Amino acid sequence: MKKLHSVVCVKVVPKPEEIRVDPDTNLLIRDGVSSEINPPDMNAMEMALKLKDKYGGVISILSMGPPSFENALRVALAMGADHVYMLSDRKFAGADTLATTYTLAEGIRKIGNVELIFCGEESSDGATGQVPSGLAEWLGIRQLTLLTEIDIDINKRLGRGRREAKGGFEILEVPLPAVVSVKTASNEPRFMDYRIKDWSFMPERLTFWSAGDLQVDENYIGLSGSPTIVIGLAEAPTRTRKQRYLVGSPDEIVQQLLDVLHIP
Amino acid sequence: MVASRYTPAEEQKTIWVYLEQENGVLENVSLEILTKGRELADKMEWQLTGLLLGHDMGDISSSAFAYGADVIVFADHPLLENFTIEAYSDVIEKAILERKPSVFLLGATPNGRDLAGRLAVRFRTGLNADCTELRMEKKTGVLVCEVSGFGGGILALIEMPSHRPQMATVRPGVFEPKPRNHNLTGELVELNVNLNPDSIYTRVIERMVGEQVDLARVPVIVAGGRGIDGEFESLRKLAKLLGGAIGATRPPVDDGYIPREYQIGQTGVVCSPEVALCCGISGAFHFIVGIEKSKTVISINIDPDAPIFEFSDYCIVSDVNEMIPRLINALEDIQETTHEKVT
Repeated sequence: MKKLHSVVCVKVVPKPEEIRVDPDTNLLIRDGVSSEINPPDMNAMEMALKLKDKYGGVISILSMGPPSFENALRVALAMGADHVYMLSDRKFAGADTLATTYTLAEGIRKIGNVELIFCGEESSDGATGQVPSGLAEWLGIRQLTLLTEIDIDINKRLGRGRREAKGGFEILEVPLPAVVSVKTASNEPRFMDYRIKDWSFMPERLTFWSAGDLQVDENYIGLSGSPTIVIGLAEAPTRTRKQRYLVGSPDEIVQQLLDVLHIP
Repeated sequence: MVASRYTPAEEQKTIWVYLEQENGVLENVSLEILTKGRELADKMEWQLTGLLLGHDMGDISSSAFAYGADVIVFADHPLLENFTIEAYSDVIEKAILERKPSVFLLGATPNGRDLAGRLAVRFRTGLNADCTELRMEKKTGVLVCEVSGFGGGILALIEMPSHRPQMATVRPGVFEPKPRNHNLTGELVELNVNLNPDSIYTRVIERMVGEQVDLARVPVIVAGGRGIDGEFESLRKLAKLLGGAIGATRPPVDDGYIPREYQIGQTGVVCSPEVALCCGISGAFHFIVGIEKSKTVISINIDPDAPIFEFSDYCIVSDVNEMIPRLINALEDIQETTHEKVT
């Protein structure tokens, strides 16, 4: 039987609560902000790992970003992935959805023989949630999105997933290969296995690929491959709240509460 | 630079809205986008077109006209009865490439996102996701989208001057749906559908849809956190008395006290009620995002240092499990008195 090869697309993001905009330059201040694996991608990791527990096979991690993200990605290895592929090149920088999905798709082609590609629902920084579907389009393969559960028919090479739908659910089945996006918080990501920590830090666990290695069409990558242009950036205005404390006996508080709610 | 399948020079001066329907009823988000699309089209003096796919949909078009569409382009075919990404994206691709609209808007719903992601790649165009505001530059016909990142903390304005269609998905609940006139009508254009069953790979094995709580739209939300110990029954009672609905933070959802569709916050629903009553909620950043647009926030928490109080208009430092029954009693008393007066 052919081994199952899954790729999990992982983004390393700055922690959202630490990010600020420089009022002079209108650019994000990334200095001193700590990075983590995009939390929804951890749910994608867990779903892929569960399939590996059940059917065996190999999990590769695919990520795009500077080499400094390496340590954050080792976490995925220590959770049970087999290898990390990092697409790292200044030419990839500034990519929007179109350029990002193209670049990731080229990475997946180069890894080769992949049957399942897992993505988190969205990234906490950009939150576009459109990468999985775009990726499937570039690769010309099927998709199962926003899944809370998955299983595969290992003989027939089918993927079957449960997806939340309007006040209910649907169960969809597609032939592999397919891109799968995983509903955020639909599972409990496992902890790192400290016994394999040293293993996960071995240099050979990581492969770096540049634009040249991928032989990409440079018109399609990075800023120049991105149709969208950011023309302004700002911190969202936060509403200031009254912060008025209601005090007194419980009955008095209830009365004040009714007044606030305009209930006679 | 990658070129889109048609250029700004070839565009038709129209704004297209993908109309999402379930069992012959248009989704709220589609009405919201139609309303906003009407405003943009009026400013540009362009046409607003609704794009509708399905099978045996009944009389949906009249509500789309009522909310401002000039034209409805529709496809009716048995293979479009259930949403499948292959059938829907193929039909829409053809319709768009034939008619070349300048702008194409979809709801940021599960299916809307799937379609938008595929189609933007197919058209080699840009895609602004989960937009919270839209405007058109009158002189250039360029669409400017406001999107938020980092859990709503950062706003960005994004445009795509040289690619068409200018695609965006719009976050449900951000625009107010306003019908103009229920007797309005417009032009109906039927698409020729040529679908091959073999090109549809997705098999819908089971599908159960039901009544969905639309938390984005209720006037009062009574939200419970870890502090209520899973006691959602009394919250439900309270919400009913206040004419609202219940919501939750992530911990009670994770603990199985309440289904995930009730989760408020960054990974759940972003709501904008008149009143959000937060019960036993500490106020994690991810939750606050979901109630920030509420007109009034009231919080009850026994911990005086709970961060939620910083984001509240009215703060009650008290045991929520004692406060809620008292509030319910008071409201029931009031209801009885009013009832007696009437009878």
